[in-house]
Amino acid sequence: MGIRFILMVNKQGQTRLAQYYEWLTLEERRALEGEIVRKCLARTEQQCSFVEHRNYKIVYRRYASLFFLVGVDNDENELAILEFIHLLVETMDRHFGNVCELDIMFHLEKAHFMLEEMVMNGSVVETSKTNILTPIQLMDKAS
Amino acid sequence: MNPFSSGTRLRDMIRAIRACKTAAEERAVVRKECAAIRAAINENDQDYRHRNLAKLMFIQMLGYPTHFGQMECLKLIASSGFPEKRIGYLGLMLLLDERQEVLMLVTNSLKQDLNHSNQYIVGLALCALGNICSAEMARDLAPEVERLLQFRDPNIRKKAALCSIRIIKKVPDLAENFINPAASLLKEKHHGVLITGVQLCTDLCKVSSEALEYFRKKCTDGLVKTLRDIANSPYAPEYDIAGITDPFLHIRLLKLLRILGQGDADASDCMNDILAQVATKTESNKNAGNAILYECVETIMSIEDNGGLRVLAINILGRFLSNRDNNIRYVALNMLMKAMMVDAQAVQRHRATILECVKDSDASIQKRALELVYLLVNENNVKPLTKELIEYLEVSDQEFKGDLTAKICSLVEKFSPEKIWYIDQMLKVLSEAGNFVKDEVWHALIVVISNATDLHGYTVRALYRAVQTSTEQETLVRVAVWCIGEYGDMLVNDVGMLDIEDPITVTESDAVDATEVAIKRHSSDLTTKAMALIALLKLSSRFPSCSERIRDIIVQNKGNLVLELQQRSIEFNCILQKHQNIRSALVERMPVLDEATFSGRRAGSLPAAVSTSTGAPRNLPNGIAKPAAAPIADLLDLSSDDVPAPSSSGGDFLQDLLGVDLSPASAPSGTSQPPKAGTDVLLDLLSLGTLPPAQSSSSTSDILSSSQDNKAPLANLNGLSSLPSLSPNATSPASAASMMDLLDGFGPSPQNHEENGPAYPSLVAYESSSLRMTFNFSKQPGNPQTTLIQATFTNLSPNVYNDFLFQAAVPKFLQLHLDPASSNTLPASGNGSITQNLKVTNSQHGKKSLVMRIRIAYKMKNKEVLEEGQISNFPRDL
Repeated sequence: MGIRFILMVNKQGQTRLAQYYEWLTLEERRALEGEIVRKCLARTEQQCSFVEHRNYKIVYRRYASLFFLVGVDNDENELAILEFIHLLVETMDRHFGNVCELDIMFHLEKAHFMLEEMVMNGSVVETSKTNILTPIQLMDKAS
Repeated sequence: MNPFSSGTRLRDMIRAIRACKTAAEERAVVRKECAAIRAAINENDQDYRHRNLAKLMFIQMLGYPTHFGQMECLKLIASSGFPEKRIGYLGLMLLLDERQEVLMLVTNSLKQDLNHSNQYIVGLALCALGNICSAEMARDLAPEVERLLQFRDPNIRKKAALCSIRIIKKVPDLAENFINPAASLLKEKHHGVLITGVQLCTDLCKVSSEALEYFRKKCTDGLVKTLRDIANSPYAPEYDIAGITDPFLHIRLLKLLRILGQGDADASDCMNDILAQVATKTESNKNAGNAILYECVETIMSIEDNGGLRVLAINILGRFLSNRDNNIRYVALNMLMKAMMVDAQAVQRHRATILECVKDSDASIQKRALELVYLLVNENNVKPLTKELIEYLEVSDQEFKGDLTAKICSLVEKFSPEKIWYIDQMLKVLSEAGNFVKDEVWHALIVVISNATDLHGYTVRALYRAVQTSTEQETLVRVAVWCIGEYGDMLVNDVGMLDIEDPITVTESDAVDATEVAIKRHSSDLTTKAMALIALLKLSSRFPSCSERIRDIIVQNKGNLVLELQQRSIEFNCILQKHQNIRSALVERMPVLDEATFSGRRAGSLPAAVSTSTGAPRNLPNGIAKPAAAPIADLLDLSSDDVPAPSSSGGDFLQDLLGVDLSPASAPSGTSQPPKAGTDVLLDLLSLGTLPPAQSSSSTSDILSSSQDNKAPLANLNGLSSLPSLSPNATSPASAASMMDLLDGFGPSPQNHEENGPAYPSLVAYESSSLRMTFNFSKQPGNPQTTLIQATFTNLSPNVYNDFLFQAAVPKFLQLHLDPASSNTLPASGNGSITQNLKVTNSQHGKKSLVMRIRIAYKMKNKEVLEEGQISNFPRDL
């Protein structure tokens, strides 16, 4: 399993989406999120996008006010995860049209559905935006 | 509408939460919502069930408990409509985990949905199963998943593939069922199926060597071809990233090839060409291309050697390292660590660049680079590299100093070519970052200084200079104070001046000043102050001219709030005032500390409570932080692991420093001797001077090894008066009077040296149906407290025992040292044996006999067996 969790966090450090692929208790999650967010948000643009924390490696990328943080195993390809974050953002852009924090907040379940189509049990399932979005569009049409 | 159900829509709840100014307000809103949702659940409200669940997911994301909603997920999953199922499954994955029993209830619904006619519902069930299934569910539902690997729609096949990964990880026995279907997925064209299929094969290889062999033989060529097709494929808009078609698939393929090529020359050969092509043709100006190159380099490094490819890979890393993008530099450092194992020489060429990275402003890069430099150091380059690192220590960030200091200390210790260099480097580290130096490190330094007899003068002068400028580095002050106390005369008289030294004029009063500063400094901790106090006592004898002044300083501490210091001050004052005649003998220089014992202890072989023969690795000296109270005891070679309270640390210190070996005095006849022999007994007790040379070495080892067990009483009693069998005065509060009593009260201890010790019969210490352990005892001449035990283990069963490990624990009055066993494999049916030597030191020798609790662990037919027992039938008077 490569990806262990995916977080979206705003500039104030509030979690906007959290998906874990391994079980952590609520307290552990809160503590982990707090520590990671503090570490990553303190870094400057010039510094690299990787932070080692406990036994995770955090790959993060900032888009406007939103941070995307992905926790991975130590032997994961960091650059590929960086590319994956970008793919995730592009996919969300295509669906929401220039995605922003509020889109994710108010359509949390949609964001999760998209993620579900892209990652399963910590591995990438699909890398084509069309394939990712088709089921979601179908569902939108149905309701 | 139900009167209890919350009327607010999801959107409104989120707005309300966003509008909250404080955490308290947010909690209030959440509490209200949760109450409403609970009410709705109790009412079994159907209309708003999925809305409530969506709210719960939001609430859970904020970090509030939502367990009460778990059953709602199950109800939604069991309903027939797609939207309800959709949200139900999402809730299942977010709110539940595989450990909860509720999950078992969902197995049936999952099974139905896996067989559903609507393929989207099948997809939902697969996704949920893949994310959270437990071992039981995996067993129940594996046949369904296996079937779905051949489903007509690729979107189902890809999910079934990832679901299979979860199943084989939970139940590795099932792996063989998936080998064939997985291999057929590799032939597909759909990228989703390919990427998941490759992933499934990778994970199959990890759990089953059979799968690995199969894929190696049958699929390597196919995978190479797939990779070639992808790498050469024309523009594919759907998968294109920066001109490269599906870099994710590239990377997955390279990962699988790596596993197949590792340790197999044929398979490695087969992929050489395509790896060379990827390594040379991939565009390196965008992140996606670099991600592929990075993966490709790792594969080249891992598969069987091909000189040309390795050169290519190292060159790519060299390019990465000089890249301006920090991300690229970071991965380069990461990969160079792995390359070290393969081609250390090539990595050494980049040493200068890597050193620059240690000084980078980015903590992540610094950390990686430091770890790499640590690997790069060897006997030849340790001097220049250490110099660079120490220079950087001066300017580095506070947060980084801890790591950096630990690494430098470890390097200096590991590769130090000569003692003077070691001492110089350590002094630099102590001056720059003394507060980050771990206790074991400065303890080791003192041991080395103590052993470097010809450098004593040089060291004490260097330390004196260093404390003048870096007064805030606690460990520097400690080492300096200790050395000034021990070698103060050399400081003042320029003894042992080396050519490289600048001359320095230090008067006796300067030396006392330095020590006084340490004791009076507000920020000094107890250990430092205690050390300074001892140093002063020692100086009082070395510098008779300052004697009065030293007494004043000591007297000032008689009112110290810390009991330990107060007590010592009173005692020392007493020695200074009333016992001039013995003072010089009392405060003689410490005997040279035994390096071997110290490093053995550091390696963890001597914890007092439980000793095992497997010590902590020697090369991680900075790994374990000792409790602050213990350091001195440790330094002076006491087992500090059981030091009960901080207050006792000074006691150990004193006890040890003075070399008090308490045990002989417990011989019962000591109390009735005429008082005039008081000095003698003290000297006897202190094992100083009066012993003939032949014995003094053994008594030194005695001091080093045996005096720890009286620590607990020592904490309560006066230091010197803590001999257990002494007069009742000993227990009265610390005062000069009781001190006097003690010093004058006893005659020489008629210690009964049994030179060769009686022979003891051997003992069957432990016997079970499968194992027998015999002890043979012997004594070292002149050391009645210590018993050497040779343990012999014999296997009584017809099976071989592997990973044999003997452990033993003793009560606190005993000290146990275990040597490594002769082997860890015990042949069957008594056809050979394992022997292991134990050394037990009994501080209550003559009063209590030995007792030991043992545990023996081993593997028989790959099953772990544990035997335990207690041995209390040791011969008396051991």
